[in-house]
Amino acid sequence: MNNIQINTFADLLTQGKTPEILFWVGCAGSFDERAKKITKAFAKILTQADVSFAVLGSEEGCTGDPAKRAGNEFLFQMQALTNIEVLNGYNIKKIVTTCPHCFNTLKNEYPELGGNYKVLHHTQFIRSLLKEGRLSVSGGTFKGKRITFHDPCYLGRANNVYEAPREVLEKLDAQLSEMKSCKQKGLCCGAGGAQMFKEAEPGNQEVNIKRTEEALDTKPDIIAAGCPFCNTMLSDGIKNKKKEDEVIVLDIAELINQASDL
Amino acid sequence: MTTYIPNIIFFILFTSTIYLFSSNVRKIYRNINLGISVDRSDKKRQRWIQMLRIAFGQSKMIDKPIVGILHLVVYVGFLVINIELLEILFDGFFGTHRVFAPYLGSFYDFLIGFFEIFALLVIISVIFFWTRRNVLKIKRFLSNEMKGWPKSDANLILYIEIILMSLFLTMNGSDFWLQINSSDPDYISAGSFPISQFLLPLFDSFSINTVVIIERTAWWLHITGIFFFLNYLYYSKHLHILLAFPNTYFANLESKGKLSNLESVTKEVKMMLDPSIDPFANASTDQVIPKFGASDIFDLSKIQLLNSYTCTECGRCTSECPANQTGKKLSPRKIMMDTRDRLEEVGRNIDENNGDFKSDGKQLIENYVSSEEIWACTSCNACVEACPIGIDPLSIIMDMRRYMVMEKSAAPSELNNMMTNIENNGAPWPFNQMDKLNWKNEL
Repeated sequence: MNNIQINTFADLLTQGKTPEILFWVGCAGSFDERAKKITKAFAKILTQADVSFAVLGSEEGCTGDPAKRAGNEFLFQMQALTNIEVLNGYNIKKIVTTCPHCFNTLKNEYPELGGNYKVLHHTQFIRSLLKEGRLSVSGGTFKGKRITFHDPCYLGRANNVYEAPREVLEKLDAQLSEMKSCKQKGLCCGAGGAQMFKEAEPGNQEVNIKRTEEALDTKPDIIAAGCPFCNTMLSDGIKNKKKEDEVIVLDIAELINQASDL
Repeated sequence: MTTYIPNIIFFILFTSTIYLFSSNVRKIYRNINLGISVDRSDKKRQRWIQMLRIAFGQSKMIDKPIVGILHLVVYVGFLVINIELLEILFDGFFGTHRVFAPYLGSFYDFLIGFFEIFALLVIISVIFFWTRRNVLKIKRFLSNEMKGWPKSDANLILYIEIILMSLFLTMNGSDFWLQINSSDPDYISAGSFPISQFLLPLFDSFSINTVVIIERTAWWLHITGIFFFLNYLYYSKHLHILLAFPNTYFANLESKGKLSNLESVTKEVKMMLDPSIDPFANASTDQVIPKFGASDIFDLSKIQLLNSYTCTECGRCTSECPANQTGKKLSPRKIMMDTRDRLEEVGRNIDENNGDFKSDGKQLIENYVSSEEIWACTSCNACVEACPIGIDPLSIIMDMRRYMVMEKSAAPSELNNMMTNIENNGAPWPFNQMDKLNWKNEL
């Protein structure tokens, strides 16, 4: 495998290069210990498939999603307009991100503010890499393993992307099973709408525990996720259920990474 | 001997029904127009298709197959039996009896047969619905917001439907009996009455005159019941039979994840970010300071208010809501019911004050919807996806959050921390933006 090179747009600009895509890492992917593993896994995939990409590094600011969903439109638009200035400054055309919240915001909410890009979720991008033969997966690693996929709300219902992650998972030669509520009816992990950053209101259960129970009902070895926040919520759920020795929550990028033995 | 008294009574009944109905429609229209205008005049073709698919074609009802099919029966029954209404109105106005029968012949027989079969199917479906609501313990019908009037309202509608269908069949059965047993030329042979023929033996012990009275009574009660029902709609949760159509036409066509960007905010933010813009350049004293978000129905859009009138309180949204499923106070259905209740309250206020709203010191937030409900939402769109007629409770929740944060600075403290972090570090956590690429060193 090639040496992994993580360049920023600023670096490449000085070398006179224009990368094909921007890998939008997102805040979780940059700072959260668990999510950083997803970032690294996806960076390896991009390198393996010989994709010319770069990141923004310290020029990447929060998209503003949690602020917007918390009701702070001012802060959201401050973030959005600042980011758009950077993105347009580098003349960026195509963005891939491992976070469905960043994906949704960049794709749907930036255009009206002057930011028009082709935005893809990493599962969509991985699918196209597999289709084009730029990436191949040897099925052996996950043969016979039971995998269930948790639909991130901001990928599924919010943007009608249900098939891309599933098509990628099919390549793993594993046993895929669906949860009781999936796709359009998929139950939230409990993190969206800025809930990630606050305690839940009084109730009789945490949302992530309920979703984890639904996932465990499928008797999985692996819960596949496509969102760093869902990943955290479900991993916490697994710990709460004391199942961390039997079940693991992995992002699709991590699964592909392991299957390709990168 | 001909008397015009029935025609006159019918005419009075009909005109007062239409008068009442149109004044109710005007009230709904006026109240919806208390909201903020949104432009949904685009993509007409796509909107028509959406309406035909979701409202006319009931495509989303079928998510729950059994209920979906039974609802379809009641809906088709409602549509086809209303064709019969044409004849009833004609007969009522002109004192004729089954005026279309001689002209349509065997087609009339077919139509009436079709109506009768649907009338029976509607009765069966409605009994099933009643059982679901009152005997089976279905969670979404037992929520707090369904106690009291909403529950009685739902049952009342079911009773009215059973009564109307039974009257329709009684009217036909007694008519059929008279066609066979009476020499009155009014009761001309009109077909085979596939369902009401089974009622024939019930009339055998009565005299012809008594059966005529039964037939006339059933006829009059049936049409009066329909007139009543039409005007009951406004006071019930049942307006969806009419409003589902405009509601799905005007419903959002964009990705559910897209939340509107407030234009008023864009102007201010651009001013903040660009020092070359002179904030006082266009300042004038009469400039209205925009209000951010929604604290009352006046701040909601016309679509959101139409949504509230359209809601039939089925609770599919609430039963899919992750917050509600885990015992939180939030119920998207209640958000819609509260919005409508408040809108109605404002409407009554306007009626009482000669067309002007007199401040009553109340608003949708606090007096109806608590902040605990608003902050429990995960914005997952499950409620929006679940609604069979395109209602969007999430947008109302988000508008209320905007008010809480931008007008009241009343976000939960943890969210304030998160927002301070974004403001200072460009991330919701207290990490330095300069460290954003540190993961690179761990490869």
